Amino acid sequence: MKRIGNKLKVLILFLLVWSKVSAQEEDLLKLVAEDKPKKEIVKNAFKATRVINSQSMEFLSPGTMDFIILHRFGQISEGMSNFFGLDQASMRMALDFGLRDNLMVGIGRSTYKKELDGFIKYAPVRQSTGTNGFPVTIAISGGTTLNTLPWSDPARQNYFTSRMAYYTQLIIGRKFNDKFSLQISPTMVHQNLVASSSMPNDVFAAGIGGRFKVSKRIALTADYSYLLYGVDMNLYNNPLSIGVDIETGGHVFQLHFSNSTGMNERAFLTETTGSWDKTEIRFGFNLSRMFQIKKIKETPKE
Amino acid sequence: MKKILLVAIALFLGASTNAQDKYFTKNGTIIFDATTSTSPEKVAAVNKSVTCVLDGKTGNVQFSVLMKGFEFEQALMREHFHENYLETEKFPRSLFKGQIINSSQINYSKNGNYDVTVKGQLTMHGLTKDVETNGKVSVNDGKISIAAKFSVLLNDYGIEVPRLVSDKVAKSAGIKVDCSLQALGK
Repeated sequence: MKRIGNKLKVLILFLLVWSKVSAQEEDLLKLVAEDKPKKEIVKNAFKATRVINSQSMEFLSPGTMDFIILHRFGQISEGMSNFFGLDQASMRMALDFGLRDNLMVGIGRSTYKKELDGFIKYAPVRQSTGTNGFPVTIAISGGTTLNTLPWSDPARQNYFTSRMAYYTQLIIGRKFNDKFSLQISPTMVHQNLVASSSMPNDVFAAGIGGRFKVSKRIALTADYSYLLYGVDMNLYNNPLSIGVDIETGGHVFQLHFSNSTGMNERAFLTETTGSWDKTEIRFGFNLSRMFQIKKIKETPKE
Repeated sequence: MKKILLVAIALFLGASTNAQDKYFTKNGTIIFDATTSTSPEKVAAVNKSVTCVLDGKTGNVQFSVLMKGFEFEQALMREHFHENYLETEKFPRSLFKGQIINSSQINYSKNGNYDVTVKGQLTMHGLTKDVETNGKVSVNDGKISIAAKFSVLLNDYGIEVPRLVSDKVAKSAGIKVDCSLQALGK
């Protein structure tokens, strides 16, 4: 009994020694305690700061300037005589600036009604994973448009403020996975001057936008707004746009079909006359080019 | 029997992990550079929070690099690095597990400089490849500095460079490692 007992002890000790020696070749990295998973902001839910027409839940990185040219051609239903709408183009040029990871501003000018516009977009809460993560990004956006056309009736008492309209919008969006993102955006537009006294000055709409990534650099997008109040649905329609985003180097190309001509919130929400049913849709594109105007040298914190 | 027991215990203690022989850092530096001669902008980034552990006894050395820790000068380059090239959401960390071949020649308790050869496996973007490089190990008052420079072929790790940017992003990236380790005290 004693003999067996001792042999057993030696065997056990030998095994312990053996296991220690071989364990040393294993994961050295495990000896250094890994930090707990930090909070990480979810990025790139959409490839651009606009879904197609509507503001997206994405922001520009601080120090970035985005030069955007938007084009909307004529209606395809006009056929060959108008080269399916390509003979006629409406344009908006814009400059967007990223101030913080969750704050950006932009200015632009449309040829439609020669309208200047400016906006600010801020996200108090952003979608994040890790400790204290949050499931959605909540952003608010507000802007002003200024119609710079000459007065249609100069003899009338015209007010400068009549040229202006404002919009405010709440954007709630989520990147569900690498491929799919969805956002909703309840919006209100207030126009200081409307065409007739029977028309309300305020328009309420509920926007919905989504993107589905097909490959690393290509995504399908859809942008729809349901007009709740304030727009005569006998004259106008809900704006709907469907498109493809293509990302190359420093550019993002957004090619799409839409029933609206307007490229700022006031224009595409309150004045969309085209109808998808009657193929009164138009081809258009947004072309965005990023410039880093203030170099960053920081680790993505958060 | 007692003798056997004592010998066994001595072996056991002798073979147990001697923490003094291990060195580590959580702030190592790794720089990568994949700029072509025709590129108007530098395609490079630096990571200053690399974890590195070195076992002085065996020469085993391991690196863990959190890809999100790379700092870029251009935000868009950083976005593309994470989204399109390295797909860091799928592959958040890169690892190197290898050995300093002539580690036995290094005296970790005395100041000195040594030229070394490191051989191991680099796992990046989900793929693992053998890497061999020369390096330098310096011992200075208990601090171990390790430095190495080598290049990797992006294709080897499944990192695709589209033709459109092939005049900016090179086919291979130069990797520069610079870490200062201290003893892993326990």
